[in-house]
Amino acid sequence: MTSAATLEPPPGFVPLDRAHALSLLHEMVLARRFEEKCAQLYGAGKIRGFLHLYVGEEAIAAGVMPLLDAEDAVVSTYREHGHALARGIPAGALMAELFGKVQGCSHGRGGSMHVFDVSRRFYGGNAIVAGGIPLAVGLALADRMQGRARVTACLFGDGAVAEGAFHESMNLAALWKLPVLFLCENNQYAMGTSLERSESQPNLALKARSYAMEVERVDGMDVLAVQAAARRGLDYVRAGRGPWFIELVTYRFRAHSAYDPELYRTKDEVATWKARDPIALFTALARERGLLGDDDVASLERGADDEISAAIALAEAGTLEPVEELTRGVYAEEAAR
Amino acid sequence: MNGAPAVKVTYREAVRAAMREAMQRDARVFLMGEDVGRYGGTYACSLGLLDEFGPERVRDTPLSEGAFVGVGIGAAIGGMRPIVEIMTVNFSLLALDQILNNAATLRHMSGGQVGVPLVLRMATGAGRQVAAQHSHSLENYYAHIPGLKVLAPATVEDARGMLWTALLDPDPVILFEHATLYGTEGELAEDAGAVPIDRAAVRRAGRDVTVVGYGGTVAKALEAARMLAERGIDAEVIDLRTLRPLDDETLVASVRKTRRAVLVDEGWKTGSLAGEICARLVERAFYDLDAPIARVCTEEVPIPYPKHLEDAALPQPGRIVEAVLATVGGRG
Repeated sequence: MTSAATLEPPPGFVPLDRAHALSLLHEMVLARRFEEKCAQLYGAGKIRGFLHLYVGEEAIAAGVMPLLDAEDAVVSTYREHGHALARGIPAGALMAELFGKVQGCSHGRGGSMHVFDVSRRFYGGNAIVAGGIPLAVGLALADRMQGRARVTACLFGDGAVAEGAFHESMNLAALWKLPVLFLCENNQYAMGTSLERSESQPNLALKARSYAMEVERVDGMDVLAVQAAARRGLDYVRAGRGPWFIELVTYRFRAHSAYDPELYRTKDEVATWKARDPIALFTALARERGLLGDDDVASLERGADDEISAAIALAEAGTLEPVEELTRGVYAEEAAR
Repeated sequence: MNGAPAVKVTYREAVRAAMREAMQRDARVFLMGEDVGRYGGTYACSLGLLDEFGPERVRDTPLSEGAFVGVGIGAAIGGMRPIVEIMTVNFSLLALDQILNNAATLRHMSGGQVGVPLVLRMATGAGRQVAAQHSHSLENYYAHIPGLKVLAPATVEDARGMLWTALLDPDPVILFEHATLYGTEGELAEDAGAVPIDRAAVRRAGRDVTVVGYGGTVAKALEAARMLAERGIDAEVIDLRTLRPLDDETLVASVRKTRRAVLVDEGWKTGSLAGEICARLVERAFYDLDAPIARVCTEEVPIPYPKHLEDAALPQPGRIVEAVLATVGGRG
């Protein structure tokens, strides 16, 4: 092998420029600060129910979502605030949803776990672990049967890999060569149960590989690595060659939900992973390359805070759905009798 | 009836004709399920359709009920009009998560954004000595769930006509086909087509008692009515046709006329559809009743294999006659 060849960037890598760095950092900072605010608002009783925060995992949404076209679809999980924001759902519509207001992107009906925005082809917000995976395969089947060159991005956690729906769906997607990009966010715990305690084979990409699927395992804390892997996967899927599976190794910095006392992991382990905070890692890299300065970071944070303040104001000013409308929308209105 | 000549067809042929017509009329319609293609369907309902429409539209699936029902839901959201066949209702439990948590829920939970125009078909019921994992009647599980519509075609006309109406519906519709009906024959107009899916039907008009059945119990209720007629009792037989939403109007109107009701249900009595109908009649027609409402349901056992025990477990015309006689008391 010549030295020139080794200097070639691997497939999927694109040179990082200032605008690109700013946009990646913006997505991650917006999601982080949005959710830190959510935690406060939960404490204040403004947000109720289950609240699953994405803090620590932002590099995945920030890396993948900008690569999707408007016509592509996203199927997500109950830990989807970061996915939703990076997909372009306005922070105000998302916050109003968490407040249970009509101005929310799911009309206030779904809350934190059920974020929908069909105008952006964002199909939930599924709170049955692995429950969205067959649905994503079906969306891809519909695209294929109707001759549309689209991709469905299907996000799920490591816990989903233990479910039958995961295995059945991997088999079908690979068997029928459907255009799905599977994104397994492996934060290493299914609620409080670590992979080692629940999987005979904790290498999840290997499981997908057994369905004759193309797979890759990447560092989910490195937004550039995530983006490069997603680009490779999307190129393959868009070429009509079948599904692609990426295992993104990451870590959830906060508790599973607001009710979790975190008895199952040590403070040392959390601290070790926090030292690999995706935002800090990327900021350091971008500054080292001279793409960003102190002012840029501060201004990004201010911009995100302004956006979040406006979102909270919108949610606060939002209206609750009248109780008389409780039973609306169980069936299509045009079919209602 | 109009002037189109009637022909004899089996229930199975009516189901097949309905699916064929749907696929001819609408390119978005496709059939998916276990052995629907090369095998021709477990009950031969789709025999020949693979040759006619090809493997893209007649899709054999692996034994993955949860996934292929979920894929049907996703495909429906994505603009297709899938007909998903589940081999038998017992197996549908493997897909209950997808049916309840996705198909029935998405529209309301998404604030009206996501509709699921999915049609699910499955065989149900006992009577073929296939024992306790292929014989149950779990229609009430699904009729319990808001967001679904649940149909039970009992005649060749409904087997032929309900499917197209279901496919036009913007919401998920489940069709329960009683497995003993597939080989039965009936008269069907050559130009038979879509039928409404929101009304019960009076299959036999009568004055003395209302006997309510659905799916596989309609023929048994009609047989009981013939036996009762010999004793001078004039039974009205109602075929529910639609199990969700229930057609309260037809039920209440009949009971107001006959003042007595016997409810026949192949489900187990506890928590049954018959119990739901009983409650509705009590709520809406209590003061019109001259006798307690009676229920003829399946014995509360897993359906056994031997014929004599299976027969004893299920509602039979003789048991319906006894229940009616007890209800009408001295009037018999």
